[in-house]
Amino acid sequence: MSVLIANLLDDAPFATGPDWLVQAQRDARSNLGESGLPDARVEAWKYTNLRQLSQRVLRRGDADAPSRDVDSKLLELPGVEHSRIVFVNGALRRDLSCFPLAGALSVVPLASVLADDADSVKKPLLREYAEAESAFAQLNTALSGSGIVIRVAANSTVPEPLHLVFVGASAEHDLAWSARVIVELGTAASLQLIEHHVGIDHAHLGNVVSQLVIGDNAQLDLIQIQNGAEASTLIRRTEASIASNAALNIHTLELGGQLVRHDLAINLDGNAARLTSRGVFALRGRQHVDSHLDIRHHARDTTCDVLWRGVIDERARGVFHGAITIERGADGSDAMLSNKNLLLSAQAEIDTQPVLVIHADEVKAAHGATVGQLDDHALFYMRSRGIPEAEARALLTMAFCRAALDSINNPALLDALTVMLIERLPVTQP
Amino acid sequence: MNERCATSPCVTQRQHKSLTSGTASLDENIMLKIENLHASVAGKEILKDLSLTVNAGEVHAVMGPNGAGKSTLGNVLAGREGYEITAGTVSYEGKNLLDLDPEERAAAGMFLAFQYPVEIPGVNNTYFLRTALNAQRKRRGEEELDSVQFLKRVREKLAVLHLKDELLHRAVNEGFSGGEKKRNEIFQMALLEPKLAVLDETDSGLDIDAMKLVADGVNAMRDPSRAFIVITHYQRLLDYIVPDFVHVLAEGRIVQSGDKSLAYKLEEHGYAWIAERKLAGTA
Repeated sequence: MSVLIANLLDDAPFATGPDWLVQAQRDARSNLGESGLPDARVEAWKYTNLRQLSQRVLRRGDADAPSRDVDSKLLELPGVEHSRIVFVNGALRRDLSCFPLAGALSVVPLASVLADDADSVKKPLLREYAEAESAFAQLNTALSGSGIVIRVAANSTVPEPLHLVFVGASAEHDLAWSARVIVELGTAASLQLIEHHVGIDHAHLGNVVSQLVIGDNAQLDLIQIQNGAEASTLIRRTEASIASNAALNIHTLELGGQLVRHDLAINLDGNAARLTSRGVFALRGRQHVDSHLDIRHHARDTTCDVLWRGVIDERARGVFHGAITIERGADGSDAMLSNKNLLLSAQAEIDTQPVLVIHADEVKAAHGATVGQLDDHALFYMRSRGIPEAEARALLTMAFCRAALDSINNPALLDALTVMLIERLPVTQP
Repeated sequence: MNERCATSPCVTQRQHKSLTSGTASLDENIMLKIENLHASVAGKEILKDLSLTVNAGEVHAVMGPNGAGKSTLGNVLAGREGYEITAGTVSYEGKNLLDLDPEERAAAGMFLAFQYPVEIPGVNNTYFLRTALNAQRKRRGEEELDSVQFLKRVREKLAVLHLKDELLHRAVNEGFSGGEKKRNEIFQMALLEPKLAVLDETDSGLDIDAMKLVADGVNAMRDPSRAFIVITHYQRLLDYIVPDFVHVLAEGRIVQSGDKSLAYKLEEHGYAWIAERKLAGTA
């Protein structure tokens, strides 16, 4: 067992909850004990080396999380000003949160659900992760982290976006925290959810598992903004099941962090289920950000449309794995995946891997990935009109990224994300 | 050697100036002076001892066969990378033009209308133009225009070129027809109000109507303080933009200069005529 896992599991308390949950935690711990963290021999982790992380000694959770000072500016996001749920170092902070009023949208801490109606979250919590590649999801189950359960009643449209913020706050020791997000949309329900990671001055390990169930004809718009602290490690798994005629639209923005891994495991389970995934990663310094998409078409006439853009500068490394599987019987499926990348320095690296596996007969599928530099012709054209080189580079880079963000239909939020992105983009290239 | 000197544009222009503007000092009026310029691309010499002087208020047409170095001249003036200047000088308003970055040249009043305008997906045309104009103004120490002032200026210029408003909301040149791209170049020129504009085969790919619009755009800007270098293959554009001088560029240098009648002779006899004359001259 790795130093990291051994330390975190040592004397870890079990959840206060039903027996089945405690048993699931025991199972997860024993699995972790056997398989540990994945190494480079595990295909899904080929490009992300965990050796250094596995040797770290991190405190389990943050006992002082309830009293940590958090600058309220850090939590603000233009265009998203109504309900806000805030976690600090993995702990839910009611004092910083603003829960929505009772109505079609219900937002309840996982601990309360476990106390009152545990069986309603049995399915997501008992989700088995057998493979070594899911070690962090197992770790999430094994440790009794906090969580939030978000539900939208059938036939209800939630008018205002729900803002979920995970703050990494500076502490005396580097620590590991985990959290779980369970989202369930009833039939024909709709919600816009913002998952927002921020932090300053810490080197914690965050571990978030989000489980989304989108009912028939429902629509979830999920905007994931990862702007974590420079030295932080963040491992996330976003898994979704999309029912008939339902839609999941995800925008993922990866900006911060030192070591970041994000698994998106999306199942198109019902006929005519739809997924659009838009993503941007803009990396610099020695950042390592790995986005791992596993999209499965299980039903007829399902569609997925995936467009990701990466900008990698300095000595950063980006990894993009975009796999689409069209299972037997998923006829009439339509799958599109594109990942384009800009490499802005000779030391930067991108490993992009589009994968398409088709077991059905009548499908339409296309995928592609490119790696390139800024267009010299466009650069000269702009400069010849008087735009300074650095500004021209920034404009072109921004335009490259915007293709994956323009479909966000919240103008104030889009502007804010653009500003965040500009702050991460290089402006003083040679 | 003597033959080249005899047809040097400097000589013709000096003669011209002495005839038309007796009093003003010659040097004061000189906007661009290219002397014995040699330029190579990837080790291949394209411009070979090219000299050309352009005074404020003048329109110079540069004509020549394919591969003569016409576009290279435009690109060297605008500062495109990949051109190595191996000899010669280019002074613009008394400054060494070759020392300036493309954006510095633009702010100093240089403009190149591209032969192949570049599409820039994702960059809005209006935003692009405002950024360009304000970057130039900032560099010149002028006040930047706010969006109201800018749009007022845009509307005026759009009307002159009969361009649709809609073009402003699209990405730079993206999905524009060939004619729209060329008109957009002239629109940009009108908006940026350069002192020296180089039009690189702006007429290529244009029908007569579009060519007239482009010519109207240029003629509307003709001014005693502004000069144009119109690079073209054909004489036709020069029916609409009437040049003060016509130069023939062949094999990397100006081999003959004259007034607009030279363009007609070229149209009539073809560029081979120049080559033959040159041969006859050297013989």
